[in-house]
Amino acid sequence: MSDTVIPVHRLTADELSARTRRRYAAERRFRYYGIAALSFAFFFLIVLFASIVSNGWSAFVQSSFAIAVKLDRTVIDPDNTGDPNVIRAADYTKLARQALYERLGVDAESRPERRDANGLLSRGVDTQLREAVLGDPSLIGQTVSFNLLANGDVDALLKGAISRDVPEANRQVNDRQVAWADRMVEEGVLKKRFNTGLFTFGASSQPETAGLLVAIVGSFFMMVVVVLLAVPIGVAAAVYLEEFAPRNRWTDLIEVNINNLAAVPSIVFGLLGLAVFINFFGLPRSASLVGGLVLTLMTLPTIIIAARAAITAVPPSIREGALGVGASKMQAITHHVLPLALPGIMTGTIIGLVQALGETAPLLMIGLVAFVVDVPSTPLDPATALPVQIYMWATSAERGFVERTAGATIVLLGFLFVMNAAAVYLRKRFERRW
Amino acid sequence: MSTGMLILALVIIFPLAMFVGRTRAGVLNRGSQRLHSRPVYHGVYLALMAILPALFVIVVWGVAEPLIINNSARGELPQTVLDLPVAEQNLVMGVINNLADGYNRLSDDELAQMRAGADGTQRMLAAKGIFLPSAPEPFMVDVAEHMASAKMTSRLLAALVSAVAAILGFFIGWRRIAPAMRARNIVERMMLIGLLAASGVAILTTFGIVMSVLFESIHFFSIVPVTDFLFGTVWDPRFSAPGREGAGQFGILPLLWGTLFISFVAMLVAVPVGLFSAIYMSEYASSRLRAFAKPVLEVLAGIPTIVYGLFALVTFGPFLRDTGGAIGLEISANSVLTAGVVMGVMIIPFVSSLSDDIITAVPRAMREGSYGLGATQSETIKRVVMPAALPGIVGAVLLAASRAIGETMIVVMAAGIAANLTLNPLEPVTTMTVKIVSQLTGDLEFNSPQTLVAFALGLTLFILTLGLNIIALHTVRKYREQYE
Amino acid sequence: MMNDTRMEFQTMEQPMAAEQMRNDTLKMTARDVDVFYGAKQALFGVNLDINNNEVTALIGPSGCGKSTFLRCLNRMNDTIDIARIEGEIKLDDQDIYDRKIDVVELRARVGMVFQKPNPFPKSIYENVAYGPRIHGLARNRTELDDIVVTSLRKASLYEEVKDRLDEPGTGLSGGQQQRLCIARTIAVNPEVILMDEPCSALDPIATARIEELIDELRENFCIVIVTHSMQQAARVSQRTAFFHLGKLVEHGETQEIFTNPRDQRTHDYITGRFG
Repeated sequence: MSDTVIPVHRLTADELSARTRRRYAAERRFRYYGIAALSFAFFFLIVLFASIVSNGWSAFVQSSFAIAVKLDRTVIDPDNTGDPNVIRAADYTKLARQALYERLGVDAESRPERRDANGLLSRGVDTQLREAVLGDPSLIGQTVSFNLLANGDVDALLKGAISRDVPEANRQVNDRQVAWADRMVEEGVLKKRFNTGLFTFGASSQPETAGLLVAIVGSFFMMVVVVLLAVPIGVAAAVYLEEFAPRNRWTDLIEVNINNLAAVPSIVFGLLGLAVFINFFGLPRSASLVGGLVLTLMTLPTIIIAARAAITAVPPSIREGALGVGASKMQAITHHVLPLALPGIMTGTIIGLVQALGETAPLLMIGLVAFVVDVPSTPLDPATALPVQIYMWATSAERGFVERTAGATIVLLGFLFVMNAAAVYLRKRFERRW
Repeated sequence: MSTGMLILALVIIFPLAMFVGRTRAGVLNRGSQRLHSRPVYHGVYLALMAILPALFVIVVWGVAEPLIINNSARGELPQTVLDLPVAEQNLVMGVINNLADGYNRLSDDELAQMRAGADGTQRMLAAKGIFLPSAPEPFMVDVAEHMASAKMTSRLLAALVSAVAAILGFFIGWRRIAPAMRARNIVERMMLIGLLAASGVAILTTFGIVMSVLFESIHFFSIVPVTDFLFGTVWDPRFSAPGREGAGQFGILPLLWGTLFISFVAMLVAVPVGLFSAIYMSEYASSRLRAFAKPVLEVLAGIPTIVYGLFALVTFGPFLRDTGGAIGLEISANSVLTAGVVMGVMIIPFVSSLSDDIITAVPRAMREGSYGLGATQSETIKRVVMPAALPGIVGAVLLAASRAIGETMIVVMAAGIAANLTLNPLEPVTTMTVKIVSQLTGDLEFNSPQTLVAFALGLTLFILTLGLNIIALHTVRKYREQYE
Repeated sequence: MMNDTRMEFQTMEQPMAAEQMRNDTLKMTARDVDVFYGAKQALFGVNLDINNNEVTALIGPSGCGKSTFLRCLNRMNDTIDIARIEGEIKLDDQDIYDRKIDVVELRARVGMVFQKPNPFPKSIYENVAYGPRIHGLARNRTELDDIVVTSLRKASLYEEVKDRLDEPGTGLSGGQQQRLCIARTIAVNPEVILMDEPCSALDPIATARIEELIDELRENFCIVIVTHSMQQAARVSQRTAFFHLGKLVEHGETQEIFTNPRDQRTHDYITGRFG
């Protein structure tokens, strides 16, 4: 009938069906591209997590010897002075070694045997015993059971990272040490135990005594600084822009600024911190306060954007209601709008904190890459941060740090997971539909 | 008394003054006249009156003090130093500044040694935590001494003046508290100013960024000519002691090339994957798949870049190297490919989530028009939805590109450190961000071109990403307006 | 002129039945059509016959299901996830909901014009060429040009836009945009054209032009139009169906419905008691 109207080329039935088949094939292909793209992303994510977890789970256990150590007074404090300085200076390594010799039955006259036995113990046993004795001087003279840290190589042997098949000459632990270790394992003395050290030690050149405490405390200080500064400033800026700002060029400038700051590379913030906070204002390098300040500036756009969204979501009728009963605009906002926007603001804040906690590059600029042994007690003390610690361990040469690096990553991801879960919970719990 | 202590004092004064003001207003309230504002506003008013003037003094002092002291110290420099070029004068000032900071930790004996120009003073000072780029010369000690004492006096004065300001403010405020006073209005006006100031922090930050990179860059360009920096093809910043011959070569081109090369590889991964994911999620996926896939993709964005870097370093790089070895290709573990692919995965969500929004914003009517003509879904997407969404998607891709260019940790860990002008993606290259990090970590002496070049690199990076961002945000915004 | 010859030529090619099929032949039939949006039922057992070379108007108050029914006729409801259709709709004695029927081919035969003009963000030419391209209706550029020009002529838009075929279709006025959409629809040479309130977004003058156009198009196409305006239904249609609350209340000759409705509800609606 209507063939007459439009001069179209008529396809034969065969042509038509062939064409339709082709079109549907193209349709299917297009769909597969989408599925392939999503699968690629998921696959990569799974591989990423799998690689981190498989490398890192072993960092949560650490080999140690459960041995009774005789805290000999003649070695620690021969004159019975009770002076902490004397106690501090004592040779604890000797005590630990002696305990091990006895347990292993080492021939005390044979130097090679003694040397091999010494090699089983971590250098950190010194600190381990000292701290225990300083903490409770009444232990002196008693025989106390300790979990003495094994040397990193022994730990690697137990975790299978050092293969027994390697010829002795190329192996970090010799045959005698392997035999001892095996015996100790059999007797239940040498065991992989939960690695509390990972959370209680600071920096160390020995993997077995390197821990995250300094980094965790440093990151904590930085988060505190960010919360104390970024939240009030961010919320205030959001309130101003949403509720008070007149539509003019100044406001436009601020908005453009905020959007652009959100996309400025983080490392540039590091340069800012270095030039302004450290060079100009003379704040100390490596201090978590400076790190916190830099992260504050970085997170601010995120928080402002989230807070603005939360404030706009509060319907105007609420403001009008408050104004209608004679509240000032400021009162309407502080009494009604902000409390209603609070869940949204908190969610945005947590997302900003997550971002800040995982940030590394700017912290490298302001010297938070330091070898810090002592736990910082104020934000002005030298510290590191969790991601920076990962970076430092990842780039150190000793193999023992590989598992620590991945372990630290698991800890970092754990913190981020908890924070994200909190954000999701807040959103679900207080979600309000107007 | 340090600035921190002064501010801490103000933090303590605030609630005290507030309590006093509130009580005072409460007392007045019992009189015949009714209060205009509730007592709490009088309290806040008094507290603000007490701390704001003092705070003002502290801030102004903090900014002005280093400028003034430095200037006067510069005046004390001997003529021989003043004859030197500005860059070298700055080196000298840097030494003096460090010396002055640690001056009070030094004993008379040590000072005497320095004045005498004895050997080994640099090491001796380092042991005291005072790190100097070069050995102190005798004249520096005198200048440093003046500087240290000027700082002491200045700090004392600052404390005194701010205390006076606080007390004065408090008394004026106290006298003004009266039933008729519109304390609420005043407090609210101050709050508004506070809000305005808070929103100005964003501008201040941008200003700070521009100023800090610009100043240090200008400083750098006074040592190394701009043209050598912009057009040099060799990057070889020899770490020589400052002031000596052979500052090294600072050609940015190899770094720029590395940055762009890696970003390009990253975009090769991220754009198709991100775009197709976005299309699939917005056009095909069931709502259940969408509810699952969207957050999973967001997880990719939430993983810290250091974790990607670690993955590239310990897993992906070695994997590529081994696979390459198995098929007879020589791929180094640190290569353009390693860093690019991992970075590409990192920016997938930046492409996908923004594209998703943009595709969803294409009006339904547009799709229906196409379906109504008998187009299949993919034909509709390819020929109607995509062209309509194109400007927005270009914006999304530009934003992602700016992320890639500014990304640091992945390239620091996976790209390599040697500047390399190569077309081979299997070789390592280095990037601007890597060099910023490597020039600025470790013990640095702030005035050598080796350090300052990091700021010039930062400036380049900032301009590059800012340009991309502005174009991107502009296109995205234009696109949004079109469909609103 | 050239187009006219071609038309004649093609008429000659298929001289058969053209005339006798033209009058009052059934084009589409709907039997017991129910539509559900999720749990909510939107149409209840609709039975309707649609004739060739006639304009069938679907009228009724908002939300009565007339647009829903229209969208069933070329399966546009398939694009809504929660929509479910029961019953039988036939196009030339073929069930369009049959598994064997390809929805893409169906829509090429049953085209649709929407309430709001929705030109693609492309040039005027590309807007019209889009359909022929995806369906492979032109073997070369000349044929495509021919289709585009003829379609624009048919939609009585050609004279207004012939000098700016490369400009974006979104730059036209509302009425022109809607005629462009009509040109776009007829460019694939459909058998049925569905129009969903095509004039609701237009001013009276543009509306009048579209109505004229509809009347011209009737010669060659079967047209179903949903309209809010009873005057429009009276002006352009030969048959009218009145929907109310998801039910087809009454249908018949337009003349008949407007002068002598059988159902009280139709009467009330036409006389403006509700709407």
